[in-house]
Amino acid sequence: MSKVTVTFIVNGKEVTLKVGPKERLIDTLREQLKLTGTKEGCGIGECGACTVILDGKAVSSCLILTGQIGGSEVLTIEGLEVDGKLDSLQKAFIDCHAIQCGFCTPGMLMSAKALLIHNPHPNREEIKTALEGNLCRCTGYEQIIEAIESVAK
Amino acid sequence: MVYSKVNKPIIRVDAYEKVIGKAKFAADLYFPNMLYGKVLRSKYPYARIVKIDIEKALTCPGVEAVITADDIPNNEFGVIVQNQQVLARQQVLYIGDGIAVVAAETKEAAAKALGLIKVEYEELPGIFDPEEAAKKGAPLVHSELENNQVVHHRLRKGDTERGFAQAEVILEREYTTQFVEHAYIEPESLVAVPYEHNTLVTIYGSIQNPFSCRNAVASVLKVPLNKVRIIQNHMGGSFGGKDEVMSSMAARAALLALKTNRPVKMVNTRDESILESYKRHPYKMKYKVGATKEGKLAAMEIKCLADSGAYACQTPFVTWRSVVQATGPYELPNVKTDTYGYYTNNVYTGAMRGYGSPQIIFAQESLMDELAEELKMTPMELRLKNIYHNNSITASGQKLDNHQVSLEEVINKAVEASNYKDKYREYSKPQSGDKKRGIGMAISFRGCSLGAEATDAAGAIVAIQRDGSILISCGLAENGEGLKTVFTQIAAEELGVDIRRINYMEVDTSVSPESGATVASRSTILGGNAVKNAAHQLKETLAEIVAAEFKIKTNNLDFKNENIYEKNKNQKIISFDEAITLANQQGIFLSVYGWYKAPDISWDEENGQGRPYFTYVYGCQIAEVEVDTATGQIEVLKMTAAHDVGRAINPACLKGQIYGGVMMGLGYGIMEEVETANGYIKNTNFDEYLIPTVKDMPEIIPVIVENPDPHGPYGAKSIGEPTLELGAPAIANAVAQATGKRIRHLPLNLERVLLGHSLSKGGTKK
Repeated sequence: MSKVTVTFIVNGKEVTLKVGPKERLIDTLREQLKLTGTKEGCGIGECGACTVILDGKAVSSCLILTGQIGGSEVLTIEGLEVDGKLDSLQKAFIDCHAIQCGFCTPGMLMSAKALLIHNPHPNREEIKTALEGNLCRCTGYEQIIEAIESVAK
Repeated sequence: MVYSKVNKPIIRVDAYEKVIGKAKFAADLYFPNMLYGKVLRSKYPYARIVKIDIEKALTCPGVEAVITADDIPNNEFGVIVQNQQVLARQQVLYIGDGIAVVAAETKEAAAKALGLIKVEYEELPGIFDPEEAAKKGAPLVHSELENNQVVHHRLRKGDTERGFAQAEVILEREYTTQFVEHAYIEPESLVAVPYEHNTLVTIYGSIQNPFSCRNAVASVLKVPLNKVRIIQNHMGGSFGGKDEVMSSMAARAALLALKTNRPVKMVNTRDESILESYKRHPYKMKYKVGATKEGKLAAMEIKCLADSGAYACQTPFVTWRSVVQATGPYELPNVKTDTYGYYTNNVYTGAMRGYGSPQIIFAQESLMDELAEELKMTPMELRLKNIYHNNSITASGQKLDNHQVSLEEVINKAVEASNYKDKYREYSKPQSGDKKRGIGMAISFRGCSLGAEATDAAGAIVAIQRDGSILISCGLAENGEGLKTVFTQIAAEELGVDIRRINYMEVDTSVSPESGATVASRSTILGGNAVKNAAHQLKETLAEIVAAEFKIKTNNLDFKNENIYEKNKNQKIISFDEAITLANQQGIFLSVYGWYKAPDISWDEENGQGRPYFTYVYGCQIAEVEVDTATGQIEVLKMTAAHDVGRAINPACLKGQIYGGVMMGLGYGIMEEVETANGYIKNTNFDEYLIPTVKDMPEIIPVIVENPDPHGPYGAKSIGEPTLELGAPAIANAVAQATGKRIRHLPLNLERVLLGHSLSKGGTKK
């Protein structure tokens, strides 16, 4: 099948790529752009490890076809730290021990970031709703919530 | 004792790279010229392989190699029993057995080639129930064996017949538990690189136990251990799960890499992961207990059957922990316990956080509540009458005389933190409406580290560099729990230096001292002691140099705040950096191996008597639930978890273990089950295999209890597994109080709560 050319913005930089018609955004990010911070855990949009922010919304990048996002803006975990300065959420995850193995961390951070873009002061229940699609097997979620709460105050 | 680095919630040393997305997991590695490996797995749970035709697959564009069992120098491996097939040779023994592996230029080409391999099978009638497998004359899962028994452990203490004769109340109950998936969020992944740095094959991977993986790969390739090098990557969770399944993947990738002379990457999809990886053992448990009217336990008889699935894997040791701990932490004069493992054609079972304890604790702690009800006592009263104290004798005949037996303390602290007594009284009264509340407790004692399973020792290298920066390398592997941080804190405490001076290296089997596996909640106590030992040796070396230079006695020196002081005078003599310069000038070697061997233990396999573990930890968890009796839904409102850990090296990491363990215990208790039907696995992804989400979280109250252990570094013991083993029975006991109905089968899902039985059995294949 013939490839299509698509132009979109990743972490503030415009990219033009040739992608297969069935190519998923996660594969484009990880394999073409070598942005391996975005993780694949299930491939069916259940675990949230592959969460990125697409035009301001948290999405599972395993469920998005790259060919369909021309003109869009994608933010990945690699784009959170700007000019060597950590995003306040990243700092809070470190300070609040919101990390164990770290595999779900990028997806958690992107879901949290998307929440705060639209709602800078969410309460605990709103935080939980935003993270509902992100599975973590290590932390029991508590310290992740505490980290987001510390930024959302 | 006031510490400056340990016993403090210092931030994780690996946190920064994990929040910026630059921490490299195995699937993130790309090597030049790399191929992708894929596995063809069985179509049937049990079948004879008549013929494998790989000709077409070999001609598929992009395919570089196809390997079957015939290409493998030594096809069977295993940590305890060497009977796990790298690839099925004559028979497939379970649905996840691999038959062939392909290496191709792309994942797509590899997947396409799998479809072109033709396998002719003769399907065989399998055995899927360990009770059937145990019967005389049952068909054999492993035809070379005499029967299907993997193992039988016995424990005999006193005389149970006499004990039951004296008992005034006798209860007999049966409990069962289910297959459970580890559900690490990172699926299995690794890259095998041939002929790198004078090594036959180097494997970079998400590997829980790099040394057991090396043993397996070397034995499969029939080469010496020094030709195989395993380098651990950041690991996206394991919980006991990335051991044999990774050894198998590593062996397959190594074979492909050597055949093609190119790096080979293998990454499982979630479906492949759940199909192939080993699970937590389902247990069938028969318990008989006798007690006096006053509630003093007189005798207990226990029989546990574990489903080992197709391979022995860790079954012999998992069921051994069960036989040691099956009675729970209760004084009993008369005990007879038998634990068995049987082969079946189900998915094989192995290590999973808890390791043979969550099953028996579910049974024994449910049983204690049932007995309390029979005796018209509160569950707490009955427990307090029978629990271990200092100098109690366990079922194995071990006198608990070398550490603080803190059961009563952990119970009291959990009771207080959860307001258990008031709530128990309140929920015992009749409740109106569909929603009923209950509160339940569970307690445990747990042997630390491996016990009599295997030799128990660990090593670490602490190396001070020319500029005073420090490298640590230990043979125990970070699983995500915070091991690197804890070991760094211990080295920093010992040397009196800042955490930032220290860099903790990944495990590299060609460099790190072999330390056994990161299992059995043993890292802090074993590896921590090894790191402490290494740092202490360095401190003594530096003290000698400084003492000679400044004409002070070595024992008069104090290492703290990046300086070396004269004790008592509190006067700085020299900075740590200056001391290193001095050592460099004198040509003193500042790199040492630390070693720690666990105290001696003993075990008599005939009667289960001895000193199976050198120390124990104690815990109590209390669950408060609300059950919707109209739907069967359980909402866990609050979990209180009190654990004696000896000493909390990092209280924040420790709380993380408690939160995570409690949630995993909750999943085990009320939602998780790998559903099998005649050996087929029905739920192979997270849409059907449900693990707790953030919305399932109860309020969790961690209670850290510290009774420093003489054997632990700074008194520290274990926390990883105790946190997970208590949730299910505490919840089951709370549900029983709320509903008045006792559920003896895990998980306590909607149907079991509402109808009293499961609806999920039946059907054939996915």
